Amino acid sequence: MSAAPILTVRDLSVLLPRGGDRPFAVQEVSFDLAPAEILCIVGESGSGKSVLTSAILGALPPALVIGGGRITLGGDDLAGLSESGWRAVRGQRVALVPQEPMAALNPTARVGRQIEEVFAIHGRLDAAGRRAEALRLISDMRLPDPERIAAAYPHQLSGGQCQRICIAMALALRPEVLIADEPTTALDVTTQAQVLKLVRELRDRDGQGVLFITHDLGVVAEIADRIAVMQKGRLVEIGPAADVLRAPAHPYSRALLAAVPSLTPAPRAVQRRPSEPCLSIEGLSKSYGVVQALKPADLVVERGTTLAIVGESGSGKSTLARLLVRLTDCSSGKAIVNGEDLAQLSGKRLRLARRAIQMVFQDPFGALNPRRSVGPMIARAAELGGDAPAAAKAHAYALLNRVGLGPDAYERPPSAFSGGQRQRIGIARALALRPRVLIADESVSALDVSVQAEILALLRTLQAELGLTILFITHDLRAAAQISDRIAVMCAGEIVEIGETGPLLGAPVHPYTKALLAAAPGRGVI
Amino acid sequence: MDRLSRPTVWIGGGLVVLWVLVALLAPVLAPFDPLKSMTPLAPPGAPAPGGGVFWLGSDLLGRDILSRVIYGARPVVTLALAATCTAYAVGVSAGLAAGYFGGWIDGGLSFAANVILSFPVLLLYIVVIVALGASPANVIIAVTFASAPAVFRIVRTLTAGLRQRDFVAAAVIQGEAPWRILLVDILPNTTGPLTVDFCLRLGYTTIVIGALGFLGLGLPPPSPDWGGMVNEGRALAFAFPHLVIFPCLAISSLVLGLSLLADGLNQAPARGGGR
Repeated sequence: MSAAPILTVRDLSVLLPRGGDRPFAVQEVSFDLAPAEILCIVGESGSGKSVLTSAILGALPPALVIGGGRITLGGDDLAGLSESGWRAVRGQRVALVPQEPMAALNPTARVGRQIEEVFAIHGRLDAAGRRAEALRLISDMRLPDPERIAAAYPHQLSGGQCQRICIAMALALRPEVLIADEPTTALDVTTQAQVLKLVRELRDRDGQGVLFITHDLGVVAEIADRIAVMQKGRLVEIGPAADVLRAPAHPYSRALLAAVPSLTPAPRAVQRRPSEPCLSIEGLSKSYGVVQALKPADLVVERGTTLAIVGESGSGKSTLARLLVRLTDCSSGKAIVNGEDLAQLSGKRLRLARRAIQMVFQDPFGALNPRRSVGPMIARAAELGGDAPAAAKAHAYALLNRVGLGPDAYERPPSAFSGGQRQRIGIARALALRPRVLIADESVSALDVSVQAEILALLRTLQAELGLTILFITHDLRAAAQISDRIAVMCAGEIVEIGETGPLLGAPVHPYTKALLAAAPGRGVI
Repeated sequence: MDRLSRPTVWIGGGLVVLWVLVALLAPVLAPFDPLKSMTPLAPPGAPAPGGGVFWLGSDLLGRDILSRVIYGARPVVTLALAATCTAYAVGVSAGLAAGYFGGWIDGGLSFAANVILSFPVLLLYIVVIVALGASPANVIIAVTFASAPAVFRIVRTLTAGLRQRDFVAAAVIQGEAPWRILLVDILPNTTGPLTVDFCLRLGYTTIVIGALGFLGLGLPPPSPDWGGMVNEGRALAFAFPHLVIFPCLAISSLVLGLSLLADGLNQAPARGGGR
């Protein structure tokens, strides 16, 4: 490190309230941030990375107090600042780029006004100056037609555009340190790649230090100069990006890196012979008025194989899933599962036929009824699958065991389980009906990488044991590469490319597939 | 903080429990027969003929006010509870159906609710009671008619929101029957907001029962009724304030207790409500 550090954190500890699962949210963390440096703080959920940034911004939740240590910004000690002292620091010297850009912007104000407000709050410039500065910032963010963007409301902009506006607001007062808290997690990969590039370019030009918080090691590989790995509130490893990514010293860093799914497809144990189709759709489509959410699509998935459906938000992949389980009625076409066209059935016949196709959802917190114990929930699903009550209970215990949970899980409510465990419960519930086809709709997207790897392994094992056909819907090419036999790429309601996983990732044909692969963060490094 | 350790919950709950106990133990607690005429218009603390004291004075007909307030808790507590429960039974069932099925069911029920809600509440009570006559059963009908639409609206909104949740989608895909989804997956997840509303609505109903008694549309005399007592003492209230003050205090304290309870329960999120 040649230049003097702009931000210094020494032995910082933040106490958790009594009764937490550990005494410290952040324990004796020390690091320096140099000007024009991007330091990535990596960790899984609960590692304390967000608490650390809140402490640096003087914005800890009331229940958390600093237990010791020093935070120095450009030589000034931040520890003892009053609220008004903090106001002179926040926004002006340290600024935050939030995780959810849509939620961070005021939906009822034009974005240009919101940028101008940053200057107004800190009493900078006159009205004309503020306006000019806002327009300059918008064009700095590589947004086209600044005048039009400034006059837009957040809902008229895309997620990526909103995040650029948030970055513009953060950089408005030329802070010395920019804290970016998972700034690209809510964005599509192609948008993410653009935002990462923007952050790098702005850093090169203005020379602010960037503290970049993320759980995604691919993103880290794209952007970091140095990497700090956090685990359970402690900083377990810090070093230059290349060193940490190539030769991690701490076992936890190694485990974290090993858990990142590779873009190279996993070798399949058995080369499958072509078998009969288990799921086929013919000309299936869905329109909402003039909007075609899904253009007429054809697909065939063979029994016992996994088809990954990859696409960005709005590509129609979730619509396809909802049509297949008849949560939504299709506009036209056939969805043949196990020989029966689900799109045509109704009433009892639909109920019986639908047992053959079950779904595992994205959000492990929303997919389980919080008011119901886990065991009875699975047992009820088994009853609906045709088990007698006593057999259903035994089946539920067996399923809990199968997904790696003990019998003591039976009587507990969903709130007693972590995200990964809840996803296992969701899988057990889906399997209780003995389906032929399992649809996993972004089922690992909300999970930490190490948990993600476990769930992917579980799905593979279950597939081998039960001969399941899996439709794996994801935005993540890495997860798709690891689990699928074939991949279908969707864009704007259309399947643009479909093929065997290896060849498709190795030599994509469609330009969109190429763009998606090129945008996958950390390609070539991890 | 756990919601049961909040002081507002304790104070509010204490007042409510106090009045429920008073209603239950009225024959034990009341020093006199509430219908027995003794010395008219005795001031609070005056000795009663044949021993005992009129602690809160006596009314125009010489009946002990303390005993009448104590016995008056019985119809208020039972009627408010029964009327609110029936309003809930109607409002919750209609709300679940409208929120879950949508379409014309929702359209029809919402239209009916909006029509009822567009009338002033007191007018509705008066119309129903005048049409059906003053009796406990008709008070329950009137309260149900006027309150159920408000309950309906809350439940309909909550249900329509829960309908979009993944765990409901999971139940649908499994082939669960709609009525079971409503009872097992949706209704239990509405109890947080509904508990708060139930307490508040009990309070409103208490006020309504008082108002109906005051208008002479509540329970037929001579049974002790807080609203009726205020009405009887109204003409003499300036000379003998004790005639109206004590029944008024009784109504206020019960309503205050229910409001505090609702307030305290409202500050805490529902248990196990996910994130």
